[in-house]
Amino acid sequence: MRVPLSWLREYVDLPATETGRDVQAKLISVGLEVETVEQIGDGLKGPLVVGKVLTIEELTEFKKPIRFCTVDVGQANGTGEPQEIVCGARNFAVGDKVVVVLPGAVLPGGFAIAARKTYGKTSHGMICSSDELGMGDDGTKGIIVLPPEHEVGTDAIELLQLVDEVLDIAVTPDRGYALSIRGVARETAIAYGLPLSDPALLDVPQPNAFGYPVQVSDPMGCDRFTARTVTGLDPEARSPLWLTRRLQKAGMRPISLAVDITNYVMLELGQPLHAYDRTRVQGPIGVRRATQGEKLITLDGVTRTLDAEDLVITDDRGPIGLAGVMGGANTEIDDTEGTTTEVVVEAAHFDALSISRTARRHKLASEASKRFERGVDPQAASAAAQRTVDLLVLLAGGTADAGVTEVIAPSAPHTITIPADHPDKVAGVDYGRETVVRRLQQVGCDVYGQDELIVTVPSWRPDLTDPNDLAEEVIRLEGYENLPSTLPKPPAGRGLTDRQRLHRRVGRALAGAGYVEAPNYPFVGEHVFDQFGLAADDPNRKVVKLVNPLSDEEPALRTTLLPGLLGALRRNDGRGSHDLALFETGLVFHPREELKIAVRLPVDRRPTDEEIASLTEALPVQPRHAAVVLTGAREQAGWWGKGRPSDWADAVESARVLAREAGTELIVRGGQYGPWHPGRCAELAVVVEGVEQVIGYAGELHPGVLKTLGLPARTSAMELDLDVLELASAGVPKGPKISTFPVATQDVALVVDVAVPHAGVEAALREGAGELLESIRLFDVYENAAQLGEGKKSLAYALRFRAGDRTLTVDEASAARDAAVSLAGERVGAVLRG
Amino acid sequence: MKPEEIERMRDEALAAFAAAGDLDALQEAKVAHTGGTSPLALANREIGALPPQAKAAAGKLVGQARGAVNKALATRQAELEADRDARVLVEEAVDVTLPYDRVPAGARHPLTTFMERVADVFVSMGYEIAEGPEVEAEWFNFDALNFTPDHPARQMQDTFFVQGPKGTEGDESGVVLRTHTSPVQARAMLDREPPVYIVCPGRVYRTDELDATHTPVFHQIELLAIDEGLTMADLKGTLDHMVQALFGAEMKTRLRPNYFPFTEPSAEMDMLCYVCKGESVGNPDRPCRTCSSEGWIELGGCGMVNPRVLVACGVDPEKYSGFAFGFGIERMLMFRHNVEDMRDIVEGDVRFTRPFGMEI
Repeated sequence: MRVPLSWLREYVDLPATETGRDVQAKLISVGLEVETVEQIGDGLKGPLVVGKVLTIEELTEFKKPIRFCTVDVGQANGTGEPQEIVCGARNFAVGDKVVVVLPGAVLPGGFAIAARKTYGKTSHGMICSSDELGMGDDGTKGIIVLPPEHEVGTDAIELLQLVDEVLDIAVTPDRGYALSIRGVARETAIAYGLPLSDPALLDVPQPNAFGYPVQVSDPMGCDRFTARTVTGLDPEARSPLWLTRRLQKAGMRPISLAVDITNYVMLELGQPLHAYDRTRVQGPIGVRRATQGEKLITLDGVTRTLDAEDLVITDDRGPIGLAGVMGGANTEIDDTEGTTTEVVVEAAHFDALSISRTARRHKLASEASKRFERGVDPQAASAAAQRTVDLLVLLAGGTADAGVTEVIAPSAPHTITIPADHPDKVAGVDYGRETVVRRLQQVGCDVYGQDELIVTVPSWRPDLTDPNDLAEEVIRLEGYENLPSTLPKPPAGRGLTDRQRLHRRVGRALAGAGYVEAPNYPFVGEHVFDQFGLAADDPNRKVVKLVNPLSDEEPALRTTLLPGLLGALRRNDGRGSHDLALFETGLVFHPREELKIAVRLPVDRRPTDEEIASLTEALPVQPRHAAVVLTGAREQAGWWGKGRPSDWADAVESARVLAREAGTELIVRGGQYGPWHPGRCAELAVVVEGVEQVIGYAGELHPGVLKTLGLPARTSAMELDLDVLELASAGVPKGPKISTFPVATQDVALVVDVAVPHAGVEAALREGAGELLESIRLFDVYENAAQLGEGKKSLAYALRFRAGDRTLTVDEASAARDAAVSLAGERVGAVLRG
Repeated sequence: MKPEEIERMRDEALAAFAAAGDLDALQEAKVAHTGGTSPLALANREIGALPPQAKAAAGKLVGQARGAVNKALATRQAELEADRDARVLVEEAVDVTLPYDRVPAGARHPLTTFMERVADVFVSMGYEIAEGPEVEAEWFNFDALNFTPDHPARQMQDTFFVQGPKGTEGDESGVVLRTHTSPVQARAMLDREPPVYIVCPGRVYRTDELDATHTPVFHQIELLAIDEGLTMADLKGTLDHMVQALFGAEMKTRLRPNYFPFTEPSAEMDMLCYVCKGESVGNPDRPCRTCSSEGWIELGGCGMVNPRVLVACGVDPEKYSGFAFGFGIERMLMFRHNVEDMRDIVEGDVRFTRPFGMEI
């Protein structure tokens, strides 16, 4: 809502010294968000006067037609001689009154005017367009042609009210009344403690039976309809400057006198109005719901197919307007031909919800619908109609018809009962009853009662419905800035949950291992699953889809973190970072077996546990995953020696890092899945409550997948389900017993088939060695057909034995080693290398 | 056995030790002058053959000489070893300015670490961190929070809707990507008995295109306190405490009336500009880029929990009241760390994230 300060001053007698900025500060403190104060005509300096075009000489030798004019500016130029001016515009004729800026003047934006040579002539000033004067768009795209009654030499700065301040207010949805000068003036008056001259306090004639006939068949949708008729309008009458200027400053474009007047009254009182050309309305005006599929051409020329919920204005032919949103083309005031001489003025009150639905359904947000949606003062309708009639009579020479139609559905004022100290309790401040009552009266409430206040809210505040609404009125007027600052005392907390701690540790551990966190959008396209080589029945192909994705390429939610993370890897690689280790933790989304609708539960009570469970069942499963991707060097080359490229083993190790943080044992074994290299993919599993569960995969990505995705060769990745990993957590770790007896070390090299995994060999050794084994570590893997035979490999392990109660003898250690080797031989065919 | 000869032998030994320039030369001199075939050793052996009356004098003479020689050897040995040790230390010197970026450092994303930092302010006060699903039922995201079915925020231009069963129109699924972390508040109220003191950090979604100041996927942190007798003054105090914990002791907040469906009264909250402390206001000589010389920085929305929300979430509004606030993490991160382009936060460029390290 744009509010010219000059207009506001009409209803509140502000001190002359108050600037727009001062008013802004006051209004902000009472809760109107004044975003900017526009300084209109800032820096403007005269002489700027009314002139009359005396002669026009067309200069044709230039690329575009140019006019050399003489203009009578009276004594404004000091000589009384005609002023010679070159002008490029063509929308004026000899005898027209125009606005002339003379040398020495400065136009808005610091544009200084001087006599200057142009197109072979000397131009002593300019004939001005509205744009040059900072007036905003007047729709002419040319220079201003003034009504003829203005005298030559008159100061145009005053005449066109070129200097003003405009407050631009972002009105919150609860404060419909502030979409009017009247409403803003009311807040201004309260903020300054000054009286308000309410522009809606007008003498309105009593309704009678001979006004224009109106039939409201849906009093729920339209609880008030005032119709007034004005005849004998002068079709030639144009909007006076003061009217068009106010519209422009408020951000509306002047159109024609009748339309300008309805817009003006709407801005002034907040009541949307509509003027029908009476000769084009056939029969009584009706208000009803549309029939499904009914058609209406609205003022913007669009044919609308109506919904049965749309509220429409009708005449004998059918709909002539979309109630409270936009009028129809068939009863439009004729502003081009200028033939309208009789109008019916409509000032009605429509149901906010109905209007908002219709406006949304037809994607048609108008000044009228904006106001009705937020709540219009129903009591202002007759005054607004009267004001419109008055202006039509005054400015268009019309005659007010004696008929006054008012259709009013009975309604009771809204009352709220609150304890007198309710605002005190909400704020934590002792305002006292007197202050509470005074503030509520200031906003227009009637207040009765002592300890219990019975508060009747004013007609323009439909937003005041609950006790806390009244509390807010008191607190905001007493000043939010005056609230004290106190701290509540929460009960002693338990800190983070185990799960939350784990999530933090996971991030720190991966970052500590050299990974950089890269959170990604969860939007994916399903083609990525083909690129990943997922089987047709892979559960990760079942996705949650969006109705309105930002991009049609990515309409689904991720079931794996890898597409986003690989995208980040590609982006970094493209920007010149080639050695990369990235990680992400975040939710993935799996639709349930059976899709259900999440029903809209009631809000007037706590939902039952069953109802809450029904909502949960309608939501996708949303586990938290962790993933890493790596490419390029894991260790860089340097003065210390060679670097080392990242590989499958780094990816697997990242999973071990996470398992360590979770305090659980990770089972790693060969596996094959989707985008991973089939020979370099580890399946990751944990044991949860005795049951082994696969939680993810790690390894080098499939060369074909990397090629398809345009990623660097040998890129590796790991992804696992962090939620299941957390479930596998062993809980509080037990402190091990530390033996101080000496260690006995035994190394063994075992020859096995190449296909035998280390994990199986180690498990056999561990089991066979028995309880004297303190630790076991693989320290070499060796393949050599000549020495070991075809298809064989050698695995070398260091075994450390120790007892808790004695020094082991060589024989004891050797016996344990032999038992270990023997079991490995039994289990995996391992042979001790000679 | 002449005393002069013994002294000569002694002096020759002493001279040889002194002349030895390194430990190897000293070893040679040691063999030559103290070994089994050295003159003094031979002289010592001859003592046995002397007449008894001469033995004592000769023994004393040779013994003194050998004592002097051994002492000189030990002294010289120590000197040369010290020299060698000192030389080794010099030779082993390295260029300690050499880099060791063998495995480049990793880092956590500042969004993560900043959310943790903010949350920890409240955790230390006794609040708990609450979490919830990102794909959420409309009832939790809107209805329970007093957004009427026709509230503009529920329209397509703001909210991502999830497709329902068998390709029904999206708005029939009743499921959305949560547009704020407020549904976690509703869940917390339903899950817990009052008093409830929670903070909810998380990821939220709105249908904005990514540009320098917007992202469709962003982060919020919200706080909810439900207890007997909570007031707006408590809200104000909690906000003041937060900005002081994050930006310094002299910080404060300002509330301005506003409207939100889930709070009543509602307010917009600003914090004092932590750069200029408000001194740039009306002071053209000291303009402030951080707050555009407004003196205040807009943080987010807050207010007293609307009693209608309490009712929907099973809290007795006659007994309990509450306050809540929320703000965007990205915005605060941008001004706290001078990040000028939202895309830098979103795109995962390691050059952006690395400098933030493990905590901020």
